[in-house]
Amino acid sequence: MWKTIARRFLIMIPQLFVLSIFIFILAQFMPGDPFSGLITPQTDPNRIEELRELAGLNDPVYVQYWNWIVNMFQGDFGDSYTFKVSVASLIGDRGLNTLWLSLLSVFLVYLIAIPLGVIAGRYQNSLKDKTIVLYSFISYAIPTFVLGLIFVYVFGYKLQWFPTSGTKDVEEKAGTLGYYWSIIYHLLLPAITYAVLGTTAIIQYLRSEIIDAQLQDYVKTARSKGIPMKKVYSRHIFRNSLLPIAAFLGFTITGLLGGSFFIETIFGYPGMGKLFIDSIMARDYSVITTLIMLYGFLTLLGSLLSDIILSIVDPRIRIE
Amino acid sequence: MEKVLEKSPDREVEASSLPVTGWRVIWREFKKDKLAMFSLLILFVIIFGSIIWAPFINQEELMKISLLDEFARPGENGFILGADQGGSDVLGQLVIGARNSLIIAIAITIITGILGIGVGILAGYYGGIVDNILMRLVDFVMTLPTMMIVIVFVTIIPKYNVTSFVLILSAFMWVGTARLVRSKTLSESKRDYVNASKTMGTSDFAIMLKGIVPNLSSILIVEMTLNFAGNVGIETGLSFLGFGLPESTPSLGTLVSSAFNQTVLAEKWWVWLPASMLILVLMLGINYVGQALRRSADAKQRIG
Repeated sequence: MWKTIARRFLIMIPQLFVLSIFIFILAQFMPGDPFSGLITPQTDPNRIEELRELAGLNDPVYVQYWNWIVNMFQGDFGDSYTFKVSVASLIGDRGLNTLWLSLLSVFLVYLIAIPLGVIAGRYQNSLKDKTIVLYSFISYAIPTFVLGLIFVYVFGYKLQWFPTSGTKDVEEKAGTLGYYWSIIYHLLLPAITYAVLGTTAIIQYLRSEIIDAQLQDYVKTARSKGIPMKKVYSRHIFRNSLLPIAAFLGFTITGLLGGSFFIETIFGYPGMGKLFIDSIMARDYSVITTLIMLYGFLTLLGSLLSDIILSIVDPRIRIE
Repeated sequence: MEKVLEKSPDREVEASSLPVTGWRVIWREFKKDKLAMFSLLILFVIIFGSIIWAPFINQEELMKISLLDEFARPGENGFILGADQGGSDVLGQLVIGARNSLIIAIAITIITGILGIGVGILAGYYGGIVDNILMRLVDFVMTLPTMMIVIVFVTIIPKYNVTSFVLILSAFMWVGTARLVRSKTLSESKRDYVNASKTMGTSDFAIMLKGIVPNLSSILIVEMTLNFAGNVGIETGLSFLGFGLPESTPSLGTLVSSAFNQTVLAEKWWVWLPASMLILVLMLGINYVGQALRRSADAKQRIG
């Protein structure tokens, strides 16, 4: 198994390499350079030229690429033009916000999807099953931004159950219980939106897995030993069907990243997705390139994670 | 379509009746599934309705700012669905937006379909080095954070217009189809009829186009339908964020994006909600039709 994981890691290296070249070329087409952020009407053009020379922007392209990669490994991504801070610390801040949102979302995805999938599979073709299948169909078809807007409108403005933007209440003092509650409270609605969208695949997988399992020999054996059906479900089928679900974690993360532009923009949540949209608006190119590289990396990492978990739970699919 | 049934021995045919073929299989599936039939009907009404109605709406007249009609409620001042912040008729914008969104989604679906089928068939049929090169390209595009790169392209391309938007999106959306077509072609090209054609000296091109493509048609119809739904979602989503269609070509997403204004979102629901609902209905309808088509493409799942 370790061999598989190591091999899967090695596959990622050329992928990252090609990705970085692509983004580097893309960055060459974007106007501006890391010093655009420092230019004010008082800046001496010669000084900027000197800085450019010093930073190696007049070097041949392959030297620039090499330096870019080396700097990136050292955590130096340049400075943000709009926020006047280093890109690393900016993305660090926003990334943390996105991380909290993602963690809560993933938790809610599994919290909603597992019981629904199990019920749908166990009571196949019942009214419960049909309702759940309908729900998972709608959640599959609905675009992120439509669901987000409807949730903000209904739960934020009409029913006023949740705040409609921001990360916390300003009145609450840092460190108090109310402070932490207000952070979670602000996270809830966007996280629920994410969760509703993310449940489809898991529900459908779990449902068909359980339906298939009912015909398996080990279930028949358990039944003939006289174990009540309830116990067969909770002990035997559930355990077998649940393992592969863990592998969806990677895909869920990838999905979260893709949805973050819409959700964070709609909910006014200052995470990485909103940072990207804001940076695009402000033409803040050093932030944009770094974020694309980061998202590309995280997407690869997500599929790596899924592959690794799958190869742990299901030895049949290990890459040889 | 008819070849699908003749050539696949694993397809079970109902014993009670003569084998039904091609379009009739699909028709039977839709007749059995009332909701799918209803979805198909709604889709036809929306697609043809908006395409026929839109040319009768004068877009310049429609977008003229008239402060008197600002946020007219539905039914007020002769606006059936109300008016937006510029006093423009929401219904008119809805029709034009739906037309634009649908035509662009169809264009992207066709371009990515042709590209995906072409690449997939070449890779699957020739195998070897062709397959290796093409599939590495597909793998690469698959790992890209597509959404972000499309947004960057939209903002850095000079003279940005509808055509460039369609081409940018198409450049990234064909890979899924290519992968599917490749794997199906791989198994298809090992079948006897392909070998027979080869022996008879039929050119590779003719085998691919006249032999393999018709046999994949049922899968391709399903794939294209689901892609169509996806493309409607992506186009309206990007337009919603402001990185979709240019301003001169309003999309359904553009109309929804007025909800970025908090007052509009909270109090003027008639501006953004109808467009959102129309998008939702389109997505549900296309996806449902896609599922029905998928069932009819697979004899085991058919209910009709």
